[in-house]
Amino acid sequence: MTDVTALQYTEEHEWVKVDGDTVVIGITDYAAEKLGDVVYVDLPAAGTAVSAGTVVGEIESTKSVGELFAPIDGEVVEANQAVIDSPELVNSDPFGEGWLIKLSAPELPTLMTHAEYRAFVGE
Amino acid sequence: MSDSGTTPEERRSPLDAVHRAAGASFTDFAGWQMPVRYSSDLAEHHAVREHAGLFDLSHMAEISLIGPGSAEALDHALAGKLSAIAVGQAKYSLLLAEDGGIIDDLVVYRTGEDRFLVVANASNRDVVAAELIDRAEGFETFVSDESDDIALIALQGPDALAVLLETPGLGVEGPGNDQEDFDRAITELKYYRSFPATFEGEPVLVARTGYTGEDGFELYLAPELAPKLWEALAETGGPRVVPCGLASRDTLRLEAGMPLYGHELGRGILPAQAGLGRVVSFAKEAEFIGRAAAERGPAEDAPVLVGLTAEGRRAPRAGYEVYDGESAEARRVGEITSGALSPTLGHPVAMAFVAPELAEPGTALFVDVRGTRIPATVVALPFYRRAS
Repeated sequence: MTDVTALQYTEEHEWVKVDGDTVVIGITDYAAEKLGDVVYVDLPAAGTAVSAGTVVGEIESTKSVGELFAPIDGEVVEANQAVIDSPELVNSDPFGEGWLIKLSAPELPTLMTHAEYRAFVGE
Repeated sequence: MSDSGTTPEERRSPLDAVHRAAGASFTDFAGWQMPVRYSSDLAEHHAVREHAGLFDLSHMAEISLIGPGSAEALDHALAGKLSAIAVGQAKYSLLLAEDGGIIDDLVVYRTGEDRFLVVANASNRDVVAAELIDRAEGFETFVSDESDDIALIALQGPDALAVLLETPGLGVEGPGNDQEDFDRAITELKYYRSFPATFEGEPVLVARTGYTGEDGFELYLAPELAPKLWEALAETGGPRVVPCGLASRDTLRLEAGMPLYGHELGRGILPAQAGLGRVVSFAKEAEFIGRAAAERGPAEDAPVLVGLTAEGRRAPRAGYEVYDGESAEARRVGEITSGALSPTLGHPVAMAFVAPELAEPGTALFVDVRGTRIPATVVALPFYRRAS
């Protein structure tokens, strides 16, 4: 189990886990719940340079389309093939197997804490 | 305008507490807070195709006409010949504007020689009630917006009949009412027919209608009685009955090729464009509103509604543009009205208005899905038809 209190969060309902000089990015349970059943994800390929605040991918449910924003500047190290093959992982395990991309980042982020994020979504 | 049905900012269904206890997620629908899903919209969708789903549709509008001139009034007010249906029969119909545009689509139940119940979309409640009151003037009928006093529960899917046969407390209206009479009446009930039943002695209109493409029933009853009937159906059905939200209702009706007001139907759309020419009765003698315009029909180049299928998993969605080619020079030839990755079929399905010369099944088109042109093929509707 991922310790959600150890993650950082964005206003776009993404979570960020710092792991050495790599950051892992996914969407929160709140975002997954709002989207409904995820049926398709479009993720940037390894090697893609991304800049903070830009749309780099899509998370599509039966009902709507969510955008994946890069929370920080960096380069894509890996896109989660398991989630491309089985998009439902985003719903079943958003903080674990449902992670989306890994970035190598020159500067590590300072985003919302878990408590701040919970307050942000009004919980 | 009528003063009936003035809606406050946020309306809640009589089943609201039941939905909250079940952990439903809610969405705003025409000012109502209604369940969008309980847990998974895909699971709810599949439950209706394979077993049964329970829907709260209490936001729908119900308007009654009572009096000896009711049938005549509806012949004048609506596009169909409602005087031709027998007591116990239902008919899909349209409320047209003078210019032939669609104000709403409706299901009309004849519940007595002099009685009809008109069911309209929640978002159109006030306009439909006002139009019916207005159009019924001079006819011997009394039009009344009963929406606040009628709840609606739908049980849809191949197991729906079996569950209703097992549910305790149901009977038929009138003397000598018992479970056996109910069982006979509901078993013999044909598609688009209804009969007056009871639950715990209180009236329920049981109709074999729905919006999912499956066999199923719609149950109209007093709001106070709705939670008890909902729980009786859920308990009797056990794992065969899954509560379903509006998200699955939308994918189910889309697969069944059924139009939705605000998407495939609207004021700027003539019935023939939406493939609903058959709903307009030119044979009837009555001078109904919208007749002249509907008879003239849409302009030769007016867009028409088609079904589209695509490969892959990216679904065309409402508002996306349709092109006749992949290149930048390709002509924009239409617009998507509804679309989803079909849970039953496993590929994207959509409905779209396209130029009439491109409406032939087999025509290859392209949909702009957020900057990418994906190939799509025109197909006949519906996408899904249940095995009979």
